[in-house]
Amino acid sequence: MPYLYNTPEDQQAMLDAIGAESIASLFAPIPDELQLNRPLDIPPALSEMELAQHMTRLSNLNHHTGNSVCFLGGGSYDHFVPAVVDAIASRGEFYTSYTPYQPEVSQGNLMAMFEYQTMICQLTGMDVSNASLYDGGTAAVEAVLMSLSATRRHGKVVTVESVHPEYRQILKTYFESIGVELVTVKAEGGTVSLEELEKAVDDQTACVLIQQPNFFGSIEDVQAISEIAHNHGALSVVSFDPISLGLLQRPGDQGADIVVAEGQSLGTPMLYGGPYLGIMACREKFVRRLPGRIAGETVDRRGKRCWVLTLQTREQHIRREKATSNICTNQGLLALRAAIYLTLLGPQGLKETANLCLQKAHYAKQQIATTERFSIAFECPTFKEFIVRDSQNAVDTVIATANERNILAGVPLGRWYPDMADCFLVAVTEKRTKEEIDALTHCLQTINEKHQIHA
Amino acid sequence: MRNNKATSLIFELSKSGRRATRLPLCDVPEQSIDSLLPATALAENPPPLPEVSEPEVVRHFTNLSTLNMSVDTHYYPLGSCTMKHNPKRNERMAGLPGIADLHPYQTEETIQGLLEIMFELQGLFAEISGLPAVSLQPAAGAHGELTALMVAAAHFRELGEERTNVLAPDSSHGTNPASASMAGFNTVTVKSNAEGYVDLDDLKSKLDEKTAVFMITNPSTLGLFDRQVAEIADLVHAQGGLIYLDGANMNAILGITRPGDFGADMMHYNPHKTFSGPHGGGGPGAGPICVTEKLAPYLPAPVVTHDESGYHLDDDLEKSIGRVRSFFGNVGVLVRAYCYIRTHGPDGLKRVSENAVLNANYLLSRVKHFLPVPHGDRCMHEFVASAADLKKETGITAMDIAKRLLDYGFHAPTVYFPLTVPESMMIEPTETESKESLDAFAETLFRITEEPYDLLHDAPHTTTISRPNEVQAARQPVMKWTAE
Repeated sequence: MPYLYNTPEDQQAMLDAIGAESIASLFAPIPDELQLNRPLDIPPALSEMELAQHMTRLSNLNHHTGNSVCFLGGGSYDHFVPAVVDAIASRGEFYTSYTPYQPEVSQGNLMAMFEYQTMICQLTGMDVSNASLYDGGTAAVEAVLMSLSATRRHGKVVTVESVHPEYRQILKTYFESIGVELVTVKAEGGTVSLEELEKAVDDQTACVLIQQPNFFGSIEDVQAISEIAHNHGALSVVSFDPISLGLLQRPGDQGADIVVAEGQSLGTPMLYGGPYLGIMACREKFVRRLPGRIAGETVDRRGKRCWVLTLQTREQHIRREKATSNICTNQGLLALRAAIYLTLLGPQGLKETANLCLQKAHYAKQQIATTERFSIAFECPTFKEFIVRDSQNAVDTVIATANERNILAGVPLGRWYPDMADCFLVAVTEKRTKEEIDALTHCLQTINEKHQIHA
Repeated sequence: MRNNKATSLIFELSKSGRRATRLPLCDVPEQSIDSLLPATALAENPPPLPEVSEPEVVRHFTNLSTLNMSVDTHYYPLGSCTMKHNPKRNERMAGLPGIADLHPYQTEETIQGLLEIMFELQGLFAEISGLPAVSLQPAAGAHGELTALMVAAAHFRELGEERTNVLAPDSSHGTNPASASMAGFNTVTVKSNAEGYVDLDDLKSKLDEKTAVFMITNPSTLGLFDRQVAEIADLVHAQGGLIYLDGANMNAILGITRPGDFGADMMHYNPHKTFSGPHGGGGPGAGPICVTEKLAPYLPAPVVTHDESGYHLDDDLEKSIGRVRSFFGNVGVLVRAYCYIRTHGPDGLKRVSENAVLNANYLLSRVKHFLPVPHGDRCMHEFVASAADLKKETGITAMDIAKRLLDYGFHAPTVYFPLTVPESMMIEPTETESKESLDAFAETLFRITEEPYDLLHDAPHTTTISRPNEVQAARQPVMKWTAE
């Protein structure tokens, strides 16, 4: 076995020291009738070379951003990952360590967590960040759960159709068990109607959950939405796109009380959906309700500055059923990647990245609008994503045809929005070149040609 | 080699105008930002992130890494966390472009290779657990617990049974009761008996028609296999309840016994423990769950299916509890688990558990002579020693010993958990340590118990910092850097 040390002689010496007859006898506490007593029915062992060949063969069956051009978004994006991020994050001292239970030998992880928390506060304009959660979706749920306890309003939460549909599905799953009403306001026209929102929020509402830019790529009026929430004593919870903050106002400067984000954009590969990074930050007054790990600064016995996990009395290993959440880990390695990514970009790099996304997305939007068959669904301002409507209402065929031409053209919306079955979501990151965008437009322009040939 | 002078935060290295990234020029006709975005949404300035050069970034974070103990560099017998070797080949496989660079909303026909791996993994997890239906979606062990409890809740809702209680032993992980609360249940604690097993009388007195689930960790956090488990399952099932197995300790029983065969209805794996996924300084993990056929309809969607036309994502599960996270799951962690299982095969996995248990028993046989192990002479993959006697005689605590171990280049065991053992030290050697390394650890531990109180109480002495003032950190929390 590749990772085992014990030779037969070692094993015998160890058994002698234990005073046991055999290894099998060590399993005597397991009643015989409960023992499997047959080999597991799984394939035989592979050597490293065979494993590599097997995995390479299977992975080569997939389309990926190395052989296809990716215009897919909806919460996971093909942003550029600088080499430094991979080089540092693949250091064994980072990725083979664990939660810093012993701070004296974990200062590297703790400092990185503290730097991450600081950068998330700088990015969002909030007071306090935790050391991360699982992903953007569960972070949104944790923020909503936090507002239930912070406002002591356990009856109702208001959200908007333009929030990521999967985030809303997760909320629904969690609420099923605890009996909270989820009211979803329409977003006809691409953004939330403030009048409709005003009608939905009342004095029983714990929070209003929105997304900026929203799931359709459009810009919401975060300030006005936060005011509506606050007028009724509800909290404003904003799920944001970290890259957009190179240009857009920070949610913390627009009245948000708790902010969350999917942090995958910050230096983490797309990996078919995970592991990702749940970003979460809040106002100072809510810190003791914040779930997850938090690194804090203190001094050691000699007065030297150092860092520890802090405010642990919120957490499950101390509070058990009374904890703020059941969360036990953070996404340490991905928070580290985000901290390195943000450090590499700096304020100017983030701004330029955001601007490239904006410019290229608008170029794509204008080009696609020139096609006969396709139009842009909404007129409102957008950042790096927008919705394309297919006048022939054959989105699945369009996507499949584009796939064959090595273009991942967009995310069909029908599965979440039945009245938008003729629409798909297109994302354009800083990585897309003019040539690639023109190829997408060309592909859409000529989408029927293959069928005509076959006809 | 460690650079002892490098203790600044990245913000303290920042200098206005420095930068590490140069982006390409815009190759599309550029429009003014004001014409594209509403003025009210635009920030005056970008966020005040640090401004540093690439060499500074590399040196800073590389120096930070050298301040950590890790499995790659140190023996790390942290109980309950299964800090085994993290194979490099798995890292390479998870980084293949055909895996790392897949978007979660690609259509099925463009990800057939990945779906084949995930489908096969569902089958591997099912066979190892003896529970046929698998969801790969949960993001961590605690998330798997919560998901399974939601599955149980949905099942009882459908039966029209109002079951409000989740029972868990006093030695259980803190996540068990916390997950139960989040799933809307009350937690009822079941006592352990003097031997460390579930107290059957106490269990019987707390079991009733309100019992939804009994959560058991078996082998337990004491490193003991509770041989009453089948009887416990019968008792709980007779009341109409379900058994949940906290799979944190699966490293002890791979190919030896299966939760589904000893009465569990639901369980989670911690692939970052049992199947060698790196712990990443605190994450990411994953928390796939396995359940019985009866509970399969309630699993989160989608699951991966296979027919003659290929592999599919089945999103259409009528009774599904719905989603518990965005996208498919922690694919990167799952791929590593798949590689680990395929590298071992049936014999290899069994040998993993055999050697994990052999190593733990060997270490126990050496440690028990100077640190009592209250729950007996034998264990499974880990054991819990107690420094209670030592504390009484000399004032030396489990914490003191843990801190002194750091001086000798060993990561400390888990201390003060489980809560049922005073001054507990939970030691899990794992199978990927040699006899020599176990001997060195045992000898060091013995030497420490002979050392004077003052030396231990002030330990560690050789690490970059001494013991931090955690009380101050909690009373006046400083959770971010601010400019002077």
